[in-house]
Parts: sequence; C-alpha cells; structure tokens
Amino acid sequence: MRLSDTMRDESLKHGPVFRVEGITRVFRTGTVEVHALRGVDLELAEGEMIVLLGASGSGKSTLLNILGGLDQPTEGRVLFRDQDLTRASDARLTAFRRDHVGFVFQFYNLVPSLSARENVALVTEISRNPMSPEEALDRVGLKHRMDHFPAELSGGEQQRVAIARAIAKRPEVLLCDEPTGALDSKTGIQVLEALDEVNRDLGTATILITHNADIQRIAERVVVLADGKVIRDEANPDRIAPSQVSW
Amino acid sequence: MLRDLRQIWAQAVAIALVLGCGIMLMVGAQGTQRSLEETRAAYYERFRFADIFAQATRAPRALLAEIGALDGVALAEGRVTFHAVLDVAGMDQPASAQVLSLPADGAPLLNVPLLRSGRLPDPRRPDEVLINEPFGAAHDLVPGSRFRGIFDGQLRELTVTGWVLSPEFVYTIAPGAVMPDDRRFGLIWMNAAAAASAAGMDGAMNDIALSLTRGADRRAVIDALDRLLDPYGGTGAFGRDRQGSHSFLDSELEQLGALARFLPPIFLIVAAFLVNMVLGRLIAIERPQIGLMRAVGYTRAEVALHYLKLAGVIGLLGILLGWGFGWWIGNAMLALYGDFFRFPFLLRNPGTAAAAVSAGLGLAAVLLGAARAVLAALRLPPAEAMSPPAPPVFTRGWLDRVLGAIRLRQTTMMIFRSIIRWPGRAAITLFGVAASVAVLVASYFLFDAMQVVTDRTFGQGNRQQITLTLNQAQPLAVLDDALALPGVRAVEGAFAVPVRLVNGHRDRLSALQGHFAGAELARLMDDVDGAVALPAEGVVLPALLARALDVRPGDRLRIELLAAPREVLDLPVAAIIRQGLGQEAHVAAPALFMALRMSPRVNQIHLLVDTDRMDALNAQIKRTPAVAGLADWAEVRRQFDATMSDNLLTMVAIYTIIGVLIAIGVVYNAARIQLSERAHELASLRVLGFSRAEVGFVLVGEMMLLALLAVPLGWVLGSWFAAGMVEAVSTDVVQLPYVVSRRTYAAAAAVVVLASLGAALLVRRRLDRVNLTMALKARQ
Repeated sequence: MRLSDTMRDESLKHGPVFRVEGITRVFRTGTVEVHALRGVDLELAEGEMIVLLGASGSGKSTLLNILGGLDQPTEGRVLFRDQDLTRASDARLTAFRRDHVGFVFQFYNLVPSLSARENVALVTEISRNPMSPEEALDRVGLKHRMDHFPAELSGGEQQRVAIARAIAKRPEVLLCDEPTGALDSKTGIQVLEALDEVNRDLGTATILITHNADIQRIAERVVVLADGKVIRDEANPDRIAPSQVSW
Repeated sequence: MLRDLRQIWAQAVAIALVLGCGIMLMVGAQGTQRSLEETRAAYYERFRFADIFAQATRAPRALLAEIGALDGVALAEGRVTFHAVLDVAGMDQPASAQVLSLPADGAPLLNVPLLRSGRLPDPRRPDEVLINEPFGAAHDLVPGSRFRGIFDGQLRELTVTGWVLSPEFVYTIAPGAVMPDDRRFGLIWMNAAAAASAAGMDGAMNDIALSLTRGADRRAVIDALDRLLDPYGGTGAFGRDRQGSHSFLDSELEQLGALARFLPPIFLIVAAFLVNMVLGRLIAIERPQIGLMRAVGYTRAEVALHYLKLAGVIGLLGILLGWGFGWWIGNAMLALYGDFFRFPFLLRNPGTAAAAVSAGLGLAAVLLGAARAVLAALRLPPAEAMSPPAPPVFTRGWLDRVLGAIRLRQTTMMIFRSIIRWPGRAAITLFGVAASVAVLVASYFLFDAMQVVTDRTFGQGNRQQITLTLNQAQPLAVLDDALALPGVRAVEGAFAVPVRLVNGHRDRLSALQGHFAGAELARLMDDVDGAVALPAEGVVLPALLARALDVRPGDRLRIELLAAPREVLDLPVAAIIRQGLGQEAHVAAPALFMALRMSPRVNQIHLLVDTDRMDALNAQIKRTPAVAGLADWAEVRRQFDATMSDNLLTMVAIYTIIGVLIAIGVVYNAARIQLSERAHELASLRVLGFSRAEVGFVLVGEMMLLALLAVPLGWVLGSWFAAGMVEAVSTDVVQLPYVVSRRTYAAAAAVVVLASLGAALLVRRRLDRVNLTMALKARQ
C-alpha cells in the first residue's frame, strides 16, 4: 500500500502524523560513541505546531533528521501514520521526503543557479498535487521577486523562498531547523509569520527547532530536549502571534 | 603538501596519465627514430654504402677508370645486374630475383654484403651464389641447397653457398611491387664472370656505385657521371635520396619524427588546462588557509611555491610515467622495425635529448597551468581570502529566455546555467573532449585512407590476375603469344619506360606509363574521382609528382627516356590526379608512340587466367625466357592487407587508448570539481526528495551535454588533424588520400562519449557517499 493513500484515509481520523517510540541514535567515530538520542518518545498530531528547544548537542537536529527520513535511528521505531520508517530502504525514504515532508534549513539551501520561481518549480515538478510556484511565493509575500536569483535576495527573502519551496507540494509535515537562526529580528518575524500562516491555513503539522526561547510562545506545544532525552513536553495554551515575539 | 596531494590523488593521476601520453609519444617515437638513424649510419659506414648510384644499358668496364678519376669521387665500382625468373622447390609460382655480380677478387668495395652464414662463392664455380638472408629463410635454402634460374634463356642449376645482408637492401622490394615479399623476390650475388656471361655483358657493366670524398660536390659528380654514361644508355645517376631502400627508410624516419612532433602538444595543452582546473578548485577550497597563512606572515612567493610544488609533483609523475612507457614503447617499436627492415644489428640509443625536452615541456605545461590558478588566489587580500567566497551571481540573459520558453525541467536548467555561469571551465572540458575525438578521428581515418588506396589499387585499378614483365619491349603481336599461354582468358598490353622528368631546374626520376585505348584490366585511377580517361595528348601526373616538379596543367614538361629508344620528348601536362600509391607519369599509348615515331610496343602484359590452370601457366612461365618477372595480384593484395591490418590495428589500438585517456582525464576532473563545488546543492536535492538517479543526472548530464557538444567540434578538429596527418606521413612514395568516412566520425564519437560517460559515472558513485545531514549543516 502506498504511503499517500493511507495518508488520505488517516488524515480524516485526525490521528498522529508521527509516532516515535523509544528511539536512540548512536554516532560512532573511530572508537568514540556519541549518544545523540537516548530513548525519545514523541507524537505529532495533525496540524499541530511544535517548537523544539534545547542546547547545542541536545539531539534536536538528530531527531528532526530522523523524522524527515534523512537519518535512521539505532534503536526504536518511527511511524509516519502507520508506515514504519525505521528500516525503510533509501528509495522509500526518498519517496517519503518527496511526497510528504517539507524542509526549511537555517542556511536556506536554495539552488543558486535557479531563480525564486525556479527553486519552487524544482519541487512542484516532482510532486503529486502541488500548488503553482506563483501561488506558493504569493503565500510568503514574494510574488514580486519571483524572477530574482538567490544572490539577488536578502536573507529573509531567501528563507521565505525556501518556505515557499517547502510548502508548494502541500506536505503533511514541515520540518524547520533554525529557520530564523541566520536572520535579524525583522526578517526573522516575517519568516515566522509565513510559517504560522501555512500552519493555520493549510493545516500543515510543523516542527520548529530554535535557540530563541521566546519563539516557543507561537507554538501549541513545546518540547525541550537535553542530553538526548525529552525533559519537558507541555502544551502552550497562550499562543501568541509571531509579530509579538521579542527577539 | 602531501595532504593536498592525497586529497586530489585520483585527479592528479588522471592528469599525469594525460601528460604521460604526450611524453611517451615524444620519447618513444624520437628514441626509435634516433636508434634507427644511428643503426643505419653505423651499418652504412661499416659496410660502405655508396653515395651515388647509376645504371646504364651497357658500359665498357674501362670507363670505370675515367669515372674514378672524376673530381670528388673516392671509390668507383661497376658490376652487372639483371632480373631473372627463379624456380624454387616447394613453390608453384615462379619467384624473381635481382642478380648482382661479385668482383672476381672477392667482396665488393662498396655496398659490401655481410656474410651471415656459409661462405663466399668459389670464383671458379659459375653455379655458386650468395642469396639474401630473408629469401633464404623464406625458402629454407640453407648453404648447400640448390634452386634453378632462367638466365639468358637457359635454365641454370645454382648452389647456395651463403646468406648475406646488404646496406643497399635494408628494404627490399621487387620492381613494380607494392609490398616487400621475401618469398617471391630475392637477391642473388654471383661471380662476375658467370653474371657477365648470363647477361651477355662480357667486359661490360650496367650498374655503377660511387663513394665521394669529403666535401665533394654531389651535384657536379652526378652531372659528370651522367655525361660519361650517356653514350652507354645511362639512365641518370642519383644520390642516396633516390636510392630505393634508403629513401623508403628516410620516409619511415620522417613519419616517426612527425608522430613525435604532431600529437604531444595536444596532450601537454590538455594537461596544462587540467592542472589549472584542479588546482583552481583546490585553492578555492583552501582559500581560508591561504588567507590565514598570508595573515600570519607567509609571503606570496612562499604560498605560491607550495602550489607550484604540488603541480610539479604531478608533472614529475607524468614525466616518469611517460619516460617509462616511452622507453617500453620505443623498444617495442624498434623491435618491430628491426623485423621489417633488414639490419644485421640494432643500436639501441634513444638518447637523452627527447627525454630532456619532453620533461622540460611537460613541467612547463603543468607549471603554466598552475601559475594562473595560483596568481588568482594570491591577488586576494588575506582578510577577504579568509572569509568564504560570495555565492556565485547568476543573472538572466537572452539564453534564459530561450531556455525558459522551451519549458525545461529545473534540473536541466541547472545544467545549462552552470555551463553559462562558468564558460571557461566548460570550454576546457569541451576542448579536452573534442581533442580526444580529434585524436581518434585522425587515427581511424587511416583505415578509410587505406581502404581507398586498396580499393583503387586492387579493386578498380589493377583488375588483372597476373602481370608479366618482359625483358624487352616487343611488337603488339606478342599479345597473341600471351593469349596462347595455358589458361589465359584475356590479355592487355602496357608499356613502361624509366624517365627523367624535367621542369627548369627541377627534375625527378620516374617512369612513364603508356596506356592503350580500351584498357579494362589495368586502369589509371584517381583516389577521389575513380577511373581516369587518358587525354589524347599530354601527360597525366599524380599531384605529389606535379608539386615536386612545380608544374600545372598546360605547362610543358621535358621527358627524357632513360631506356631504349632514349628520346627526349616535350609534352604538355594534361591533367593532375590524386593517387595514393605509385608516382608515375601517364600518357596515352598512341600519343607516346606517335611522338617516338615508332610502331606501338608492349613490355608488360596483364592477364586474366582460369584459376584452375594456374599451375600449367606457372610452369610455362618458368620456361619462358622473354619474361623477366611475374606478379600475382591476389598474392600481392593478401600481403598488402596482412601488413596493413597488422600495422594499422596496433596503431589504432594505441590511439584509442590515448583518446580514451584524454577523455577520461578531462571528464573525471571536471566532474570531481563539479561534485566538490556543488556537493551541498546536490545534497539539497536529495533532501527535497530527488532520487539518486535524478541528482546524478544533474552531474552526469552536464558532463554528457558538454561531451556531446564537443563531438562536432572534435570532428572538425579531427578532420584538420587528418589533413595534417596526410601532409605529415605522405612521402615521395606514398600519398594518403584525404577521405574521412562517416563510420570513422561515428566510431570516434562513440568511443569518446562512452569513455566520458564512464568517467562521469565513476564520479557519480561518490555522490552516494555524500552524507546528507552533514552536507546540509555546513554553510556553502
């Protein structure tokens, strides 16, 4: 059975998008073993926005990479809907990323040789049910800068192109690794607004990694990692708008 | 530096291989050329190869004293020589031989035969002879063996006393033959008295050899000799440059020289570009380090030296590889030549000049290539160098609008943008791949050229099965006699006479062929246009001969017949044809005999024969004194094909390896550089959900697009190279036709495209090892 078919059935039931059960991740370099994750359990509900907090080396990015199908856990299980990603082949993980996940990184990772529109089209060309690149760019307020190349855009604009590229395929999950890390407060807020809008309008479940503790106030739920474990996981009843975040 | 080298070792090896190919060719070809030249010089010196040669119909031996007294002549020697048909046991067909007289008192003064086994003939025994070693070996005619020859119309029993080699016959070929054939053509040395009586030459000579004193005026001696021999049917004296064996050796040595000059520059240039490309990238990666080194006080010169040393190591590796393989290939070539040419010994002395020059050029090439990359890095102020380079700026040009209009996929767009953004690098790849296509076109084209030559010579030009050469010209009635020979179905006569062609101060010794109307067997062929209809008047010349004489159609040419009837004609040049083999002048027989005021004659008879009666014919010919020689064209063709395909296949195999190495060297390096610069971008694509194949397409696609674009460029370059090869390897003896077939173009393109694909795929495999999460962490 194809992941996307089950996805459509499951989405009606509003079950968890992700279910993570007791995952660990051990990196070995020579004789040194680094335990990046030590038994993490987590669920992400449909349309939910989670902020993932934690110090450097706490395992945030490792967790995000495993959820995004870029890495696999040493132990434990990762379920996307009811599909087990734990031991999926490279081809299945590729298809999973292509069909269901949008990524936003700290350094944008745009293709410098493609214009904003072309960077988005890169993804829409291989998606099943994408929005048009113009619509995606319009959502992040960049319709007027569509034909500019990354080198001609500011950092905030580049990050918004990256968000447009991530959402254009209408993914079920958006995984953002420090999307505002390289930005000043004004552009950082613009980027957060774009993410917040996508989450609210399209119902895309979102996980957002950040160093900036104040950003947690825009999330529905805050998960704090330390030393490879979840040390706090609580709802945030007083969700604020991104514009109210203090930098 | 070692760490840097380890980082780029595969690329360094690829560059070294390309460089090594150039050096190998230089060292191998020049070394072989030098060894052969020294061998030849030593052989000539020790066995007193003559300086001037002349033939006459019949000159009194007394004339020799007068010749010896000519100013500038050191030694003069006369002998008797003639051609004879032989009957050798174990061979159905008749063989033929050139018979040469030995002086009564033993070995000659000039052109001394070197006794390889056995002994000299006993001066009192007219039946004892020496034979040339290859002929003896081909027939197993060891000293003591006997065979028969037809001398002066009589069948004579001969006894072999020894085998010899002679500096006059390093390359031995029967008159009128296309290829040497040691079975069918031999050399016989016999006692002077016996030879003179066999040839009806008592007290006379018909072959004169001279050596010159130091500083003698060669031209003056030749003129004086010609004047002395003129009353006796002298056919024109000539120096070593026109001596058959020597001039053939010369043309081979020239070809080797051309090989050493022609191709290596391509490799050196490609290697220089590759070094530039690879070091440029390495420096880009190490930019922060360079900035840091400069910041802590290293001078520009010290930093530059570091990278130049790196280039030097790559160059050194290439030089060592080139020397090693060059030495090896040189030895192999020398052995090959040693087999083909008949030297009694080989002096292996490749010399150091080729090694030194090739090393100098090789090092210069890589250092020049490196200098550009290094200088660019050093121009940056340290502070700027330490910060990462700005992302490449792309702008939209007219090409983007065109590409956008045809709605390419974005991954394809990336390929085009990368080429447009770094045109210099794309150009290097393009040029390198084109160079390898060109090398292949220029070598495969030899097959096409040989095919044309073979087809024109055998398939269309000479359709007769047998050609008989007569001892002397006979009236046309002899053709009826020929038709009466066993198994003969058709006959055709021809007339050939040695001539000196003169235009002003230019002259050439050649042969004049008279063609009879309606000749269907032996036809005059143009390499491009096919059969040539001889004009009613005037002579037709092959292009090389016309060029040597500096004549054009319409010019008049003085033609001195060097054999009976020894007239001088003045005829217009009617046409110039392209001809690969045989550099002779041609004229319609009626026009020739009209000018000579004599009735038509023939001295060659071409035959079509029932193959099942060949034995009877051969037996009859062996007993027919009027026939001086017989050529079996099927046999000639078999020999020709065998020799050509061996030589060509070896050569083409070498060139294919070379072409493939260039293509791999260029594409591998270009792809590695792409990968290193775009690893981040390509990893991003994987994260976005592109499969390995789709991401690989961006990398391999760019290389293959460039390779495909390079193909037509390579074709153009290759056709130039082929034209250059025609010039370089054409000699007075052979002119290659310039024809390049579609098959050649297709094969060259296919080999290079496949090699490029292989190299690109090799690099693509590295893409699988790129760690996605790590690649994304790092800022570009």
